[in-house]
Amino acid sequence: MSTNTENFEDLVKKEYEHGFVTDIDADTIPPGLSEEIIVFISKKKEEPLWLLEWRLKAYRQWLKMEDPTWAKLDIQHIDYQSISYYSAPKSKEDAPKSLDEIDPKLLETYEKLGIPLDEQKMLAGVAVDAVFDSVSVATTFKQKLADAGVIFCSFSEAVKEHPDLVKSYLGSVVPAADNFFAALNSAVFTDGSFCYIPKGVRCPMELSTYFRINASNTGQFERTLIIADEESHVSYLEGCTAPMRDENQLHAAVVELVALKDAEIKYSTVQNWYPGDENGVGGIYNFVTKRGDCRGHNSKISWTQVETGSAITWKYPSCLLKGNNSIGEFYSVAVTNNYQQADTGTKMIHIGNNTTSTIISKGISARHAQNVYRGLVKISKNANNARNYSQCDSLLMGDQCGAHTFPYIEAKNSTAQVEHEATTSKISDDQLFYCLQRGISEEDAINMIVNGFCKEVFKELPMEFAVEAQKLLGVTLEGVVG
Amino acid sequence: MLHIKDLYTAVDNKKILEGLNLSVNVGEVHAIMGPNGSGKSTLANILAGKEGYNITQGSVSYENENLLELSPEERARKGVFLAFQYPVEIPGVNNIYLLKAALNAIRKHQGKPELDAMEFMNLVKGKMKLVQMNKDLLSRSVNEGFSGGEKKRNEIFQMAILEPKLAILDETDSGLDIDALKIVAEGVNSLRNKNRAFILVTHYQRLLNYIKPDHVHVLSKGKIVRSGGPELALELEEKGYDWIN
Ligand SMILES: Nc1ncnc2c1ncn2[C@@H]1O[C@H](COP(=O)(O)OP(=O)(O)O)[C@@H](O)[C@H]1O
Ligand SMILES: [Mg+2]
Repeated sequence: MSTNTENFEDLVKKEYEHGFVTDIDADTIPPGLSEEIIVFISKKKEEPLWLLEWRLKAYRQWLKMEDPTWAKLDIQHIDYQSISYYSAPKSKEDAPKSLDEIDPKLLETYEKLGIPLDEQKMLAGVAVDAVFDSVSVATTFKQKLADAGVIFCSFSEAVKEHPDLVKSYLGSVVPAADNFFAALNSAVFTDGSFCYIPKGVRCPMELSTYFRINASNTGQFERTLIIADEESHVSYLEGCTAPMRDENQLHAAVVELVALKDAEIKYSTVQNWYPGDENGVGGIYNFVTKRGDCRGHNSKISWTQVETGSAITWKYPSCLLKGNNSIGEFYSVAVTNNYQQADTGTKMIHIGNNTTSTIISKGISARHAQNVYRGLVKISKNANNARNYSQCDSLLMGDQCGAHTFPYIEAKNSTAQVEHEATTSKISDDQLFYCLQRGISEEDAINMIVNGFCKEVFKELPMEFAVEAQKLLGVTLEGVVG
Repeated sequence: MLHIKDLYTAVDNKKILEGLNLSVNVGEVHAIMGPNGSGKSTLANILAGKEGYNITQGSVSYENENLLELSPEERARKGVFLAFQYPVEIPGVNNIYLLKAALNAIRKHQGKPELDAMEFMNLVKGKMKLVQMNKDLLSRSVNEGFSGGEKKRNEIFQMAILEPKLAILDETDSGLDIDALKIVAEGVNSLRNKNRAFILVTHYQRLLNYIKPDHVHVLSKGKIVRSGGPELALELEEKGYDWIN
């Protein structure tokens, strides 16, 4: 560590000796990635030296890593030198001036989801002057959380206000060089969320990033760190149902969860990034590393996700079941339509004794879309009495789409009980006809059947989120049959 | 209300109905009997608007409209109801939720206000007694894991809620024990009135011991070969289907 620090200080000095080429006051830096750029980002964010060092270490490892090869995804080569890795909040000149400049399809979706006009503008990235009410709403929330001792703030703020917590937990679940995208994120992340629930505290509300949208544009390399101290409980909601536009095509987020003894974290996501138009042009590439660490005995981490957006989704929210009796859960609905591709799943790594994991995955593919479930259940040698139940169901809508299921099981302990079930079905004409014969419209009927298919996952979502997710599914799959 | 004239249908070039004629007036109960494979379900499905049947000739008018031009959901909203021979299971879709959506779609078509949850549940309570529906079945997924009898009873329960003008029951009696049969029959009898017509499709005459039809027709090889009163069913029972050939 210490030698690295020297290296780093040398480096900084050297940069200054040679005249640091990038203007520190600039809002955006030119495209490209180098140590110099990383130093710039870290300085710009007024970070402590240890963090810059951490970033640089990640970067150096990233340089040695290969671009991942994609089993089932069809991806054009990404030129990492053509991306600009820092831009301050968008200047209003670049933003669309009004909703007239936005893809009408996107606006139509907003209408159908019943999103108010102001929010539509915000989601579409239109320059708006109005200050949203949510600022005051957020303040009220903050007070309530502070009273309970819960820390919930942006990642940058946490680095300044709670450096010790950040320092001891950052990278402790997803090491900087875990994989290509995690390493890239570790080197260049700009912001994200931080959350700490103190010992014995049950977080008094669902933590949602929804109200944060107005406050900050977290950018394409987002970093989230949630720590649930002993006997605490938190439910965290990420994302929102409205499709979000972003000019950054590549998104590579990292989410780390730590659950200490007897703690529970419930992490729910609705991901609805712009999937591109019906020909697949312009969508977001979403490469996410999400991992939860059940570090303490009797801890529990539960991932629930509804994925409907992005051109390409690559994510495997995982659980490290280290504590004895710890529980990991993964509930997922992944919908792909048109030319969308999704490769998602989970990893459940059983390390402690009597650990339990449950995987319920529902994949829906329509039109030309491809949907892959990839899951790993690993039972370590010393993990006695581990149990896993996996169920992967695929629903196909049309004959040109595909669903693929790859369950990997590695059981190194003979006391393990691992169960896997998989089904693939089509919406049957008989089911559809049954609904129509009762007077229900085709659209409503499909909606009902698809939501029925996803029910086991939706019931894991917080109430309002579940209602929104159902609506979203209907809008996403509108007109795919018939 | 319903006039089927000279109807011919085929599936994948296999001829099923071959010149079927049938007229049903409002308030009447018609029984259609016939051996397996004679085309009874085909007729019921065509009336309800199921896809996949090629109608090569003939016409069907319902309340002075060309029924064949209407979509299945339009037919349902105009009062055509089919109790399926094999009700399909729809996993994850709540039985009562589907029924509420159906009722409100029909009410909307009729220009009536939608029922809210309270009003709907009151209606449900009343009708449940009628067919002695087990309360647990309401909140289960549509037909999922229902016994044969429960599925059939659920169909009659739906009919009671939706109050169709023309109810077609496709072998609702098959697979029922005698107690269930009586309950289903009572349900039908209680819904019988001068504004509603029934077509009872059945293989056996025993249902007709409990529901007295106005007319009995025998379907064979795609057309109606004999029509008469309730006594025809008894005669058929006695002599068997070979008798008509
Ligand atoms: N979808 C279909 N494809 C091919 N043949 C069919 C189809 N539906 C019905 N049939 C045939 O048409 C005939 C009549 O069937 P159906 O109407 O079900 O008879 P029933 O209800 O009187 O037993 C049978 O020979 C059956 O095999
Ligand atoms: Mg039949």
